[in-house]
Amino acid sequence: MNAPGHVLVVGASAAGLSTAEALRRKGFGGRLTLIGAEPEPPYDRPPLSKQVLSGAWEPTRAQLRTKEVLDALDAEFLLGDPAAALDVERRSVSTASGTTVSADAVVVATGITARTLPGQSGLRGVHVVRTVADSLALRSALLKARRVVVVGDGVLGAETAATARLMGLEVCVVGPQPAPMTGQLGPFVAGHLAALHTGNGVGLRTGVLLDALLSQDGAVTGVRLSDGEEVAADVVVAAIGCSPCTDWLAGSGLDLDDGVVCDAHCRAAEGVWAVGDVARWHHQGLGRLLRLENRTNATEQALAVAGNILGEDRPYLPVPYFWSDQFDVRLQVFGVPSAENTVEVVEGDPAEGRFVVRYDGPRGPVGVLGWRMPKQARLHRAGLVDHYTQPLEPTAP
Amino acid sequence: MKITVEEEKCCGAGQCVLIAPEVFDQREDDGIVVLLDAEPPAERHDAVRESADVCPAAAIHLDGDE
Ligand SMILES: Cc1cc2nc3c(=O)[nH]c(=O)nc-3n(C[C@H](O)[C@H](O)[C@H](O)COP(=O)(O)OP(=O)(O)OC[C@H]3O[C@@H](n4cnc5c(N)ncnc54)[C@H](O)[C@@H]3O)c2cc1C
Ligand code: SF4
Repeated sequence: MNAPGHVLVVGASAAGLSTAEALRRKGFGGRLTLIGAEPEPPYDRPPLSKQVLSGAWEPTRAQLRTKEVLDALDAEFLLGDPAAALDVERRSVSTASGTTVSADAVVVATGITARTLPGQSGLRGVHVVRTVADSLALRSALLKARRVVVVGDGVLGAETAATARLMGLEVCVVGPQPAPMTGQLGPFVAGHLAALHTGNGVGLRTGVLLDALLSQDGAVTGVRLSDGEEVAADVVVAAIGCSPCTDWLAGSGLDLDDGVVCDAHCRAAEGVWAVGDVARWHHQGLGRLLRLENRTNATEQALAVAGNILGEDRPYLPVPYFWSDQFDVRLQVFGVPSAENTVEVVEGDPAEGRFVVRYDGPRGPVGVLGWRMPKQARLHRAGLVDHYTQPLEPTAP
Repeated sequence: MKITVEEEKCCGAGQCVLIAPEVFDQREDDGIVVLLDAEPPAERHDAVRESADVCPAAAIHLDGDE
């Protein structure tokens, strides 16, 4: 394939910007356009539930690049104007304002959007955390509040609860699992997380679902749970997961199924690629489709996509990685562990609050988690590399 | 090329160490990045640029690309 003359990236956040940067770094000298729904220059999301929410950072500190670095990229940014449709054959994108941009390669990097609770729309005091605007709105609400209920016991719910607790609020986390993040990290680590949260004064309501939001005069006053309990709250945070931003691709002919379905090279159609949280690609090491919602994937997949746009023709076979900050604990998670894996402590001591565990599946190690032991966890990552980077089945010629 | 790192932003991922172990290391206790060589020789510049791009906390900054 010849190098394209014009690459259009839709979605100007971590994955989109990284794709543009990687193209330039790999020598791409053609035209580069980024279309983004949000008005702000590209910013980073992990601080939105941590330093920006707590107030430790001014929001501008979460900006991914300075103006000088963005200028040096020599790209055209069309911000605050969401893409509305893609014509796959022509590789042209039209935006909400009516602009049409055609290119030789289109990269879909539109990420995911937070799901909302039934009855949330129009109700004051109910928040999600996905954009910088969300984070600032939640921060100003928390500053005036005394009690907050976080609905959702995944990583975002757990982090947001920890930050709110450190801001001095009464915090209650509601979720269906026996402990936060059980499904993702298994009962051993989830048990430690539950102890961490309760030890810091967070109330956990486990094994329950939200039954209804309670409200008065258009403002939320609490929640009713599936077991009938009512918990009062001035602020409710919905952290119940996200949906891929693919509405604008409906009718495009792309295969949309919990994300943009791609081949092992992250290609969705001839000349159309997907990257970041929105991309569900065939991970050859695992032999199945995988969609990751984490920060490192956004940049690593961007490198792979940029290379493939320029003809490198390499499958994307990462060892997945994410981190999370909750109270004074920093978790590092390599691989894709699951609740069914057996867990073995391979370093440190849980009783001392620092340890590394290895997750083993039927074919050997599949994950490593560090609990306040980042460097040691990274060293144990070496044991996972084969599992993720050796194609499971011989690839078709 | 001159490298600076923002320790406060670093999340201890160690991605930089995986890519450029001659230039970056991590502290034993909290995993925060340690800069071993702030002005690495030219043959390491590609790896350093990749580290800066891949760093999930955008904590690695490069000045003067040559
Ligand atoms: C609060 C929070 C905390 C997090 N913490 C961590 C963490 O600790 N560790 C970790 O590994 N990961 C974390 N993540 C996940 C990480 O931030 C994401 O994986 C990463 O942002 C994905 O980047 P992306 O560019 O694929 O998608 P996004 O960051 O979602 O960016 C997609 C962009 O596309 C835009 N867009 C959407 N639709 C359109 C359209 N039609 N046209 C144009 N533009 C569009 C969106 O507005 C957005 O700017 C966190 C995420 C959040 C929200
Ligand atoms: S890659 Fe970035 S966040 Fe990770 S250790 Fe290096 S500097 Fe820190």
